[in-house]
Amino acid sequence: MNTAARQQPRSEAHITVQDLTMAFGDFVIQRNLDFTINRGEIFIIMGGSGCGKSTLLRHLVGLKAPAKGKVFYDELSFWDADPDEQEQVKRGFGMLFQSGALWSSLTLAENIALPLGEYTSLSPAGISEVVDLKLALVGLAGFGEFYPSEISGGMQKRAGLARAMALDPGILFFDEPSAGLDPISSRRLDDLILELRDSLGATIVVVTHELASIFTIGDNSVFLDPETRTMIATGDPNRLRTDSSDPKVRAFLNRGEI
Amino acid sequence: MVSEAETSRQRPELHIDHPTAGGLLIKLAGSWTLKNNPPAVDQVLQQLAGNTTIQRVSFDGRDIANWDSGLLIFLIRLQDQCQQRGIDLDLDGLPEGVHKLLDLAAAVPAKEDTGRHGELPPLLARIGSATLDFVQGIPEMLHFIGEVAIACGRLLRGKAQFRRADLLLFIQAAGPEALPIVTLISFLVGLIVAYMGAVQLAQFGAQIYIANLVGIGMVREMGALMTGIIMAGRTGAAFAAQLGTMQVNEEIDAFRTLGIQPMEFLVLPRILALVLIMPLLTLYSDLVGILAGMFVANATFDVGTFEYYHQTIASLHLHDVAVGLVNGTVYGVLIAIAGCLRGMQCGRSASAVGEATTSAVVTSIVFIVVSSSLLTIVFQKLGV
Repeated sequence: MNTAARQQPRSEAHITVQDLTMAFGDFVIQRNLDFTINRGEIFIIMGGSGCGKSTLLRHLVGLKAPAKGKVFYDELSFWDADPDEQEQVKRGFGMLFQSGALWSSLTLAENIALPLGEYTSLSPAGISEVVDLKLALVGLAGFGEFYPSEISGGMQKRAGLARAMALDPGILFFDEPSAGLDPISSRRLDDLILELRDSLGATIVVVTHELASIFTIGDNSVFLDPETRTMIATGDPNRLRTDSSDPKVRAFLNRGEI
Repeated sequence: MVSEAETSRQRPELHIDHPTAGGLLIKLAGSWTLKNNPPAVDQVLQQLAGNTTIQRVSFDGRDIANWDSGLLIFLIRLQDQCQQRGIDLDLDGLPEGVHKLLDLAAAVPAKEDTGRHGELPPLLARIGSATLDFVQGIPEMLHFIGEVAIACGRLLRGKAQFRRADLLLFIQAAGPEALPIVTLISFLVGLIVAYMGAVQLAQFGAQIYIANLVGIGMVREMGALMTGIIMAGRTGAAFAAQLGTMQVNEEIDAFRTLGIQPMEFLVLPRILALVLIMPLLTLYSDLVGILAGMFVANATFDVGTFEYYHQTIASLHLHDVAVGLVNGTVYGVLIAIAGCLRGMQCGRSASAVGEATTSAVVTSIVFIVVSSSLLTIVFQKLGV
């Protein structure tokens, strides 16, 4: 987000997950998760369907408390912090939900303006300028007065991204950004994600199983396995593709052809 | 190295220099974030207005500590103004990310002529368009009723496609599960009618006629009316919300693509359930109301239980019960139609589901009141 942060070495930990166990009641989804997401990195959470990727994302954005273990943002242990500190941390997040999750009773402009109105001291005119900028960044300039139901799914997703970026967050979370998009839109979204990281220095966490996307944007990753219910690989996906010692990871990253 | 907390406290600053005759150099320093309220472009504009020889504006951004959309917005405003005046804007001195984001924002031209102006049309125009909408809604409603009739026709010929389990489920939801609220409301209505009437009747010692008042009042009119209004709020609204949500999730389109008629599969069992259950609920409501009357007469006005029972039996004729049941059944049909109609007409958003539900209840109650008046006139003419 800021130049000072960008000048710092890449290896600075932004999010640290320590011995995390995710469970619904007694049903454990994943256990013993240990990984670090560095500042300014694009981090991919991957794995087969139903392995708990989206659930892990919900743990990272503070929507669901872990059954065991800790999640650190910089040095702050999120689930041990008091509610005020948690709110403070959460304000630095932007999240793009799988289907956009735009508020359907508000226009696109109102969707983006809502967090700005709540959390900044901008004047209405200032807010509308920020809204126009965000819409222009995702290629939706001029669509501010439309309701979510009046635009296509791909546009809803981009508008969702504009809302996620509204407060210039330091960490952006993406849940399956390219699901349901055509190859060109999906490529453009990848470019946009890279652009956001490079220009704004944001840390980006992406849940996806789109291989093309994983190799284009991923700096680092974690691979969740639904059978053993834990992570079986972590690292640069381009390297894991050939070098991983686990055949499951190689099979996944090569579409089943080893 | 400066920590983030320190840099964010640095005020965003702006200095203007004139290195050459036709040029303007803007030095930016500090933290240009939205949170820090970056300076407005006015200062620069004054310089531009005061010196018309300026042909070129350039930047020195080496001292910018950090930035976000605040800086971008400042630049976009300046870009606009410079374009209008035909002045060159040279962004080379700014951080590299700024260029990329500004290019990205300008990459797709703004959509124009969206037909949205955001302003409210005048009152008369709004009344006019609301009236037109209402008029256009009538054929839609008739169309829907026609489709329901066709579906009923197929049902009679044994060809209608729906699951028996669904029908039973709707019957359970509309019938047994509604008993507590129907009991409560009917008992209270019976109580009120009995008490209000009794106070008057007791003035000339005619307390026994509480039985006639409550019996005929509940059985002919109030039982059906109260049940109808409860069911409009309870079951009609539920129908609209269920079908509306299915519309939002494209579940109804999924039925159509499989060649299954949503009219038969979704609407018919709901209407059938309500038509079957409404007369029974009406009858139940009548009984509870009469019991409430008996309770009042017995407890407060010294009318014996058997006395009250015989008086009720003597005052009620079979055609009174029939009138009540016809009322109840008609309300059932209307509530189910209103609920399903609004559900099927629902738009594709969460707020549309809310509107559909509201509209279903309002439509049901209007239908109930109008049909109640019409039926009263019809029964009057028939002499029952």
